[in-house]
Amino acid sequence: MVLTKDIYNKLRGKSTPSGFTVDDIIQTGVDNPGHPFIMTVGCVAGDEESYEVFKDLLDPIISDRHSGYKPTDKHRTDLNFENLKGGDDLDPAYVLSSRVRTGRSIKGFTLPPHNSRGERRTIEKLSIEALATLSGEFKGKYYPLNGMTDKEQDQLINDHFLFDKPVSPLLTCAGMARDWPDARGIWHNDAKTFLVWVNEEDHLRVISMQQGGNMKEVFRRFCTGLLKIEETFKKHNHGFMWNEHLGYVLTCPSNLGTGLRGGVHVKLPKLSTHAKFEEILTRLRLQKRGTGGVDTASVGGVFDISNADRLGSSEVDQVQMVVDGVKLMVAMEKKLEKSESIDDMIPAQK
Amino acid sequence: MATQFTRMLAGRNTAVVLASLGAGTLATGYLLTDSTAAAERRVLYPPSADFPDLRKHNNCMAASLTPAIYAHLRDKSTPNNWTLNQSIQTGVDNPGHPFIKTVGMVAGDEETYEVFSEIFDPVIKDRHNGYDPRTMKHPTDLDSSKITSGVFDERYVLSSRVRTGRSIRGLSLPPACSRAERREVERVAVMALSGLKGDLAGRYYSLGDMNEREQQQLIDEHFLFDKPVSPLLTSAGMARDWPDARGIWHNNQKNFLIWINEEDHTRIISMEKGGNMKRVFERFCRGLKQVEQLIHERGWEFMWNERLGYILTCPSNLGTGLRAGVHVRLPNLSKDPRFSKILENLRLQKRGTGGVDTAATGDTFDISNNDRLGKSEVELVQLVVDGVNYLIDCEKRLERGQDIKIPSPLAQFRR
Repeated sequence: MVLTKDIYNKLRGKSTPSGFTVDDIIQTGVDNPGHPFIMTVGCVAGDEESYEVFKDLLDPIISDRHSGYKPTDKHRTDLNFENLKGGDDLDPAYVLSSRVRTGRSIKGFTLPPHNSRGERRTIEKLSIEALATLSGEFKGKYYPLNGMTDKEQDQLINDHFLFDKPVSPLLTCAGMARDWPDARGIWHNDAKTFLVWVNEEDHLRVISMQQGGNMKEVFRRFCTGLLKIEETFKKHNHGFMWNEHLGYVLTCPSNLGTGLRGGVHVKLPKLSTHAKFEEILTRLRLQKRGTGGVDTASVGGVFDISNADRLGSSEVDQVQMVVDGVKLMVAMEKKLEKSESIDDMIPAQK
Repeated sequence: MATQFTRMLAGRNTAVVLASLGAGTLATGYLLTDSTAAAERRVLYPPSADFPDLRKHNNCMAASLTPAIYAHLRDKSTPNNWTLNQSIQTGVDNPGHPFIKTVGMVAGDEETYEVFSEIFDPVIKDRHNGYDPRTMKHPTDLDSSKITSGVFDERYVLSSRVRTGRSIRGLSLPPACSRAERREVERVAVMALSGLKGDLAGRYYSLGDMNEREQQQLIDEHFLFDKPVSPLLTSAGMARDWPDARGIWHNNQKNFLIWINEEDHTRIISMEKGGNMKRVFERFCRGLKQVEQLIHERGWEFMWNERLGYILTCPSNLGTGLRAGVHVRLPNLSKDPRFSKILENLRLQKRGTGGVDTAATGDTFDISNNDRLGKSEVELVQLVVDGVNYLIDCEKRLERGQDIKIPSPLAQFRR
């Protein structure tokens, strides 16, 4: 635990211009001692300035969470999908689906733990406008949570697109479910391969996904769509929160940097029971989750495997690690199926 | 001593002063821009931009809050920096409750009821059947000797209970309090309770420190309260920092019990098996008076005024904050179609035996007073006594195949 009496004493009297205090930052961590599957951060930002005003608390947490990232380090952003090598040949017999998500915060607004109804509604309005300008493969439609028909709702649930009011106390204790479902909604393209969540845990969550293992295509669509959206926001003088130290600024310190989680649902029934499975994942800088997302355990040997890093490496770097790592693990799985050893395949620490 | 502490604990006001005193130019810089930033936001987001969407809501707050009232009050705050948005958050987040019409707003401190009276007064009037805080006075009467016929037939009444709440003046209420304030509430209450003697002598169990054996014992006795799960309470911020500074005190005889820092600073409960409501109320009054005396000796007092009576977190508990009730078996009466009307006219409510969030199962009901404000403690307990006696009489008549009558409705308030 990073918080000491000294740090608390120093920070307690401060607040950001919008009035967010250190008590607000840590409330979720105080209320939630731990999570069964992952080490939680226990802090959230209320606005862009939080990371500056409370750096005495947040810098050590960021360093702890992001493998020793220093207050003087610089983060590199690379959304040029052409820099990704391979990724179009993951075996679909094992890799069931591929997905890349990130978050974006809109400059000039406070974040979900703190924002007012007025701000949240303006964010929604701007988002709808920006998304309405998209065309071609990105042409789509917005569904406000507070206005969709039952039919639309059922469809979105069946497509696994609909997000619900947060029930996780990690989020509710941070105030992110306030005023639900006011100004929350989902946008997706007609092909259902590019999806944006508005005002859930971040201002925007942007998701590119499809069945099968063509991560290259998923990433191409991800980068292209994201850059188009950013253009429109910039035109309205509301770019995304970003700086060269922290990269993209998001609500949870765990999502700083790229905010990117690129992953696959992959069948690894044999490898997952191998004694070295955890170690392999660690060395590949990957993490596993159940197929229901962060709060679930795996079912039937199918795992959600994604990058563990967010800050200190670029989008291309992180997706590359997923592509290379998953390719290797599928090859290991195939060997284990033939009862062959995988000892010579164990990778070095990346 | 009490006033010294309250001056120390002025929350954000103190924080602001401290920040400007020596926390560095960054903090001072933000201090200077703080009011400019706040002013800018008010211009960018006029009250109309923030007015909540209450179209699907069914609570007292939603029924009374208009854009005009919201516009008057949005930018105000109590001396402890509590705002209207904070008061109404629980009502915005929770459109309705299956069994009761909820209030939909809470107080963060004593001053809430004054600073935001423009919305609290109509909500109070709505919830308390026309009690008008602007013109009426609330009577307080804790003289239990006035109760008559307060012993029920134990073939029907299984248990009797009286509860209320008390807030400690000068400290913020559960939705708003800091950890320091909450710990101070605990300290003041526990210190006072340790002064109780005789049949009221007892012991405190801190929620965070109790061992498993103690915990199991308290659960078995139905004394232990748990972290709130009801979104009505969690949306109002009452579960923050759980279980810090929360605890239970009870006397050795286990019929006088205090909850500390749950939904109010303190909840005081007198209870026992059987039908002797008079004795339950006598102990209730005696215990309350002694606790009040003990905190006075140290310079503290309860929040009270003659407009609203005892000040508690939820406006529904203003006045007496008193719920006097019994668990009573009414197998025949409960099946009679006139049951609800009889209760209504007697100004009683029914709940399941699990409390407010449960439905009644079987033939046993929790029957208690509807009203809290505008009638004194003695009046309300007498009303419950008379009402329950009437219900038992109806039950007996139905057992004998006789007919029953719906009583005429009781008067609302004394003139």
